[in-house]
Amino acid sequence: MRIEPRQNLSKTLLIAVPILSSIAALLLAAIPISFAGANVLQAYQEMFIGVFGSVFSISEMLTRATPLIFTGLAAALAFRARLWNIGAEGQLYLGALLSVVVGTGYFDLPPLLLMPMIILCGAMAGAAGMAVPTLLKVRFGADEVVTTLLLNFVILIFIQMMLEGALKDPMGLGWPQSSPIVEEAMLPQLLPRMRVHSGLIIAVFCAVIVHFMLSRTVWGFRVRAVGENSVAAGYAGIPVNRSLFMVAIFSGALAGLAGVSEVAGLKGYLTADLSPGFGYTGIVVAMLAGLSPLGVVLAALFIASVFVGADSMSRAMGVSSYLADLVVALSLLSVLIGGFVTRFRVVWSQKHSEGGK
Amino acid sequence: MMDIINILLSDSFWAASLRIASPLIFGVLGALLCERAGVLNLGIEGIFVAGAMAGWMAVWLGAGLWGGVFFAILAGAALGLLHGILTVPLGLSQHVSGLGVTLFATSVSYFIYRTSLPTVSSPPRIEPFRALDIPILSDLPFIGPVLFQQTALTWLALLLVAVIWYVINRTPLGSALRAVGDNPDSVDAQGLSVYALRIGAVVAGSALMALGGAFLTMSAFDAFFFGMVNGRGWICIALVIFASWQPGKALLGALLFGAFDALQVRLQTEVGALIPGQVFLMAPYLLSIIALVIAARRADYPRALLTPWFKGQR
Repeated sequence: MRIEPRQNLSKTLLIAVPILSSIAALLLAAIPISFAGANVLQAYQEMFIGVFGSVFSISEMLTRATPLIFTGLAAALAFRARLWNIGAEGQLYLGALLSVVVGTGYFDLPPLLLMPMIILCGAMAGAAGMAVPTLLKVRFGADEVVTTLLLNFVILIFIQMMLEGALKDPMGLGWPQSSPIVEEAMLPQLLPRMRVHSGLIIAVFCAVIVHFMLSRTVWGFRVRAVGENSVAAGYAGIPVNRSLFMVAIFSGALAGLAGVSEVAGLKGYLTADLSPGFGYTGIVVAMLAGLSPLGVVLAALFIASVFVGADSMSRAMGVSSYLADLVVALSLLSVLIGGFVTRFRVVWSQKHSEGGK
Repeated sequence: MMDIINILLSDSFWAASLRIASPLIFGVLGALLCERAGVLNLGIEGIFVAGAMAGWMAVWLGAGLWGGVFFAILAGAALGLLHGILTVPLGLSQHVSGLGVTLFATSVSYFIYRTSLPTVSSPPRIEPFRALDIPILSDLPFIGPVLFQQTALTWLALLLVAVIWYVINRTPLGSALRAVGDNPDSVDAQGLSVYALRIGAVVAGSALMALGGAFLTMSAFDAFFFGMVNGRGWICIALVIFASWQPGKALLGALLFGAFDALQVRLQTEVGALIPGQVFLMAPYLLSIIALVIAARRADYPRALLTPWFKGQR
């Protein structure tokens, strides 16, 4: 038995592997569910109803998917260029911070300008959050994995400091939260009395733009070339560092938009628990999507369904909702192993081995 | 200024530095072992959580303190085996696999904890490791409180620095380990198994990381909290680069870090009214980033780090 690379990647496998991985992760969830002493079939049923049982539950799922599309895109774009942006969580908070600063009326802007201003500032804050570690990487060779991970902690503590200091809501009864942003700055709702908001439209629009930029522009070609082999790309005359910077700025901006959309579309104000790890989950979304921007939308819908379904099942049956995080982790590991199957095949007889070289 | 000098001269400050450094020593040694063999292990953060949980739970269920250490090691080794299989024979992305292990280990630990203790609001406490009380030595001025009133796990961490330095630099196993991280082809040419060496290093390294986690629940504190690891794993990854993959410098890096952290806690009580407390909370992470930036330029990475190796492909 030996393992050899496949000659050409199979399109069917590229699509089948993420789907099979998601199903595998869901099936593996039966183990922790029975460990918790719950009826497995009933648990799955509760999860399904919890997501697709009503318009309200579907709206909840779409609401949950919105930030995941943004952070998934942030990770997918950066990973395409082999820029390991693990800092989407921090960049999300920077975007949220700026949207609160602009949106609570510190700046006197006409209402028509306010919303675009919030979106722009939030995106720029996220972009700055990724530009710094990229600068440290390019200039000093400091590994961006470690710097972005550590910056997540720094940024979150900074947010807490702001929420207890300069941005603290005087009407907040002592809770560390910001003042609400003004009514005109809120992104419009999509359905009456439902939480799903137009951040979803912006997210899907971003996915289409990123898809177009990656697959149809010279810039996208450069990004992919840098990701596949940055040394070769450099020899081919591609400005590697500049391409990396552009990727960093767009990736950070997308993560920043996740924060804008959570604040201006959903919460209305900023707290230090705005994101239950959307930045990290975005990495799973991106991997599940095979780093394809349009795939990110589908993967985010799946992961959001897992979270909303597990939450509802948890309420009904008392199985800890950490189950959702477990399924998310399992789907990342499954899709990783699945990726191996798309790139390699196992040859069982010795005779074929010469042909494989 | 006098305050800082007074702090630096006090034995309690240096005892605290060593105490804060202890889990990091385990973590840095573990990460160092993995990376010396050519495998980056970003599972470290989750393995810390799993070690903290497994050790605490074993003690809580009555396995005794050393039983807890054993189960923490077991949990770390199992997670290391997972990361090892994914990254070594399968050659999958070490970044993504490591993050996957972190997400998996964290969520499994939280799920098991929540499922075993569904209703308690305050985490149940265990009787943690006590400070050793060695006759005469513990009563020495200064050195006594700093060195000889630490727990057994701190001593284990210090001992492991020496053991790992010896194994890496003075044994055939160590030279094979260094070679497999620098030039796996040469190891293969000698008839040694690249796969076995790399997986072995990742399993052993992950077991050490889990000990770092176990220190938190069994020595530094006496209970398991959500989010208690709080980036310590990532700090270890930065410290390994700072230490140029040398066990001795890793000890120094962890101690420096511990000293800075102990200093900021004390300064916080001195000047807490002037500066928001969060500035001090940020300090450890900023410090790690600064250390990384300073060290990165002259970092001498193991040459085959992040590069998968497949048998029969040159």
